[in-house]
Amino acid sequence: MSGHSTYEPKTGFERWLDMRLPIIRLAYDSAITFPTPKNLNYWWTFGGILALCLGIQIVTGIVLAMHYVPHVDYAFNSVERIMRDVNYGWLIRYMHASGASMFFLAVYVHIFRGLYYGSYKAPREVLWILGCIIYLLMMATAFMGYVLPWGQMSFHGAVVITNLLGAFPLVGNAITTWLWGGFAVDDPTLNRFFSLHYLLPFVIAGVVALHIWALHVPGNNNPTGVNVKSKADTVPFHPYYTVKDSFAIALFLILFAFFVFWFPNALLAPDNSVRANPLVTPQHIVPEWYFLPFYAMLRSVPNKLGGVITMFGAIALLFVLPWIDTSKVRSMRYRPTMRLYFFIFIAVCLVLGWCGAHEPADAVIPNVTTFTLGDYDLNSMVWLSRVATLYYLAYFLIITPVMGLTETPLPIPESISEPVLSHPASGPVAAAAATKKG
Amino acid sequence: MLRKGIALAVFGLALVGTPALAATTSEEPKDIHWSFEGPFGKFDAEQLQRGYKVYREVCSACHSMDLMYFRNLGQKGGPFYDPKYPNPIQNPYVKSLAADIKVKDIDSETGDDIQRPATPADKFPAPFPNEASAAASNGGKAPPDLSVMAKAREGGPAYIYSILTGFVPPPRGLNVMAGRYYNPYYPGDVSSFWTGPKDQVPKGGFIAMPPPLAPNKVTFDDGTPSTVANEARDVAAFLAWAAEPKMEERKEFGLGAMIYLLIFTGLLYASYRRIWRDVSH
Repeated sequence: MSGHSTYEPKTGFERWLDMRLPIIRLAYDSAITFPTPKNLNYWWTFGGILALCLGIQIVTGIVLAMHYVPHVDYAFNSVERIMRDVNYGWLIRYMHASGASMFFLAVYVHIFRGLYYGSYKAPREVLWILGCIIYLLMMATAFMGYVLPWGQMSFHGAVVITNLLGAFPLVGNAITTWLWGGFAVDDPTLNRFFSLHYLLPFVIAGVVALHIWALHVPGNNNPTGVNVKSKADTVPFHPYYTVKDSFAIALFLILFAFFVFWFPNALLAPDNSVRANPLVTPQHIVPEWYFLPFYAMLRSVPNKLGGVITMFGAIALLFVLPWIDTSKVRSMRYRPTMRLYFFIFIAVCLVLGWCGAHEPADAVIPNVTTFTLGDYDLNSMVWLSRVATLYYLAYFLIITPVMGLTETPLPIPESISEPVLSHPASGPVAAAAATKKG
Repeated sequence: MLRKGIALAVFGLALVGTPALAATTSEEPKDIHWSFEGPFGKFDAEQLQRGYKVYREVCSACHSMDLMYFRNLGQKGGPFYDPKYPNPIQNPYVKSLAADIKVKDIDSETGDDIQRPATPADKFPAPFPNEASAAASNGGKAPPDLSVMAKAREGGPAYIYSILTGFVPPPRGLNVMAGRYYNPYYPGDVSSFWTGPKDQVPKGGFIAMPPPLAPNKVTFDDGTPSTVANEARDVAAFLAWAAEPKMEERKEFGLGAMIYLLIFTGLLYASYRRIWRDVSH
C-alpha cells in the first residue's frame, strides 16, 4: 500500500530539504495521502487515541519528575507537595494517574478489536507482535509507576509482584535480589523503578514508531477483513481519518476529563494515601484494575511457580496467536460461531478481573456454601477464576485452531466497495454484515 | 420478559454489590451529605473554620498533620481565606491563629533549642517528638497523621464522621480489653473476644482512641450548637479539605474544561459529517 509518492515540494526550501532528508515527504505520504480503507469503524480510532495517551503520559510525567523525589523518606511527601503547592500540580498528577487507566482502557479496546477483526493475521504478524511488546512494556511501566508514590499499596504491591519472580527455580532468588538492589524492597528499588519508569515510555515510543511503520507496509485491516482491491476502496488519511479520529479522541477526552476533574480518586486505592510502612501489611493487596485478570489467573493455580507461568503464558499466547489461528477468514463478522466464542472470551476476561478484585475464598453467590472441592469451597472466587482461566487458555489453544478448521464461514464480500454486487446469491447476508457498523 | 430482566438485573447487582463474608468486618459508614459532594460541590468556609477549631482544641493533642502549614488556612478555598490578602502569609487572622501555637526552632545566635510563636510559613507542629513516643503515650499505637486521612480510608469523611459518632457500649457478650474501645465502624475482627452465638459476631473492631468528642467540648464562635454530631461533621469536613485543598479549584477548572470539550466535540462531529458526506461507506 505504500505506493508511489505524490508529494511535490512547493517551496525552494522544501525542494532543498527533499533532496537531502525527505522527511516532509515521509510525513506527507504516511499521514496525508496514505490510502486508508473507507469502511473503518469507530473501533479503529483507538490507535490515534493511544498515541494521544502516550503523549499525555510522557508530557505530564516529565513535569512530575521535576518535582518528585525518589527516596523512601521523601517520595510520599513530594507527591503530596505536587498536589498542594505546585501550580496546577493536582491537574498534572491526576492526569498522569487517571491517564494510566485511560491508556489501558484504550489498549484493551484496541487489542480486542485486533482479535475480533483478525488484524494479527498475515501479512500483519509483525505489526501484531510489536503491539504485544508495547503492551508488555506498558504493564512494566505502569507497575513501576504505581510504586513511586510510596504509599502502602505501592510498597506492598511491589513486594508481592517482585516476589513472584522468586518462584523460578535456581535463579529466582538471585533475580529478586538483583531487582531489589538489596534483600528487600527499599530505597534502591524505588530509585531504579523511578529510573526505569522514566526510561520505558521512550522505549514504548520507539516501538510505537515501528508499530506504525509495520502498519504502513500492508496498510490497515478493515471490518470486512478483505484486502483493499482498488482505489475505490480507500480514502486518503487526511482529511477523512484525521477528522474521524479527532472526533473520537475528543469523545475519549470527555471521559478522561470526567475522571480527572470529578472522580480522580475513584481509580486509586485509599491505602495508597497512607505512607508505606513495611511493618503493616494492608488487609487486601489488590493491583490496579488493569492487572486484575492476570492477578486472578496467578491466584487460581495452587502452586506459585505454576501461577506465574500461567500468568505469563496467558500473555505469551498473544505473541504466537498469528500461527495458532488456522482460519483463512480474517473478520469474525463472517465467522458466526467463532464470534460467539469471542464474546464469551470477553466476558471471561471481565469475570477474571472481577475475581481478581476479591479474596480467593470469597463466595461468588453471597452467603451460599456448597462443598469443598480440593482447597476451596466450590462457590468461591478461586474456583470461578479456575474455570475462567481454563476458558482463556482453551480459547487460544483449542477453540481458535479447531474452529478455523471445522467451521463454515459466511460468504465473504468480493471487495470493500462492492460487497453486494459480487455475491448476488448471498447478497442480503453480506449486505447486512457490511452495513452493520461496530 | 421484563420481570425476568429485572430479576436478572437484581441478581447481577446482588452479585456485584455484596462483599462476601471476610474476617474483617465493619458497619457501612453513615450516609451523610456534604456541601462539597458532586461536580459542583464547594467547601463551606464556616464549617471548615469550626472544623479547624475542633482539630486544634481536641484532635491535635494526639494527631499530627504533617502536610499542613498555617498558610494553608488562608489560601484560596481555605477556611480563613480573605480576598484582601491573596498571599495568605500576610493574612492577619492566619498570623494570629499561627501565633497562638508554639513551634520548635533554634536560636540563630546561639544554636540553642527554643520555642517561638508560629508564623503562617510554619508547619502544624506534631504533638509528639517521634513515633515511638507517640505510641508510648497512646497505649502502644501511634495516632495516625490526619493530613490525608479523608483520602486514606474507604468512605472518606463519612468514615471519619461515623467513627467519631459511632462509639457505643459493647454488646453483651463482647469482652473489651483495657485501653481499647468498641466501635462498629472501625474495621476489625472481634470474634475471639465474643462469647455469644458464633453466627452473630458483632461488626466492627476495637480502636485505641477513646471517644474524643463530647457535647460542649468545643465552643463554636458562630453559635452552632456544639453537639457531638456537629463537632464530628465539622472536623470531618475540615479533614476532607485538608486532604484535598485544591478540590474546589479542580471542580471549577473541570467545568470549564468540560464545556470546552463538549463544544469542540460538537464542532468535530459537524466537520466529520461534512467531510464524509460524499463517501459511501
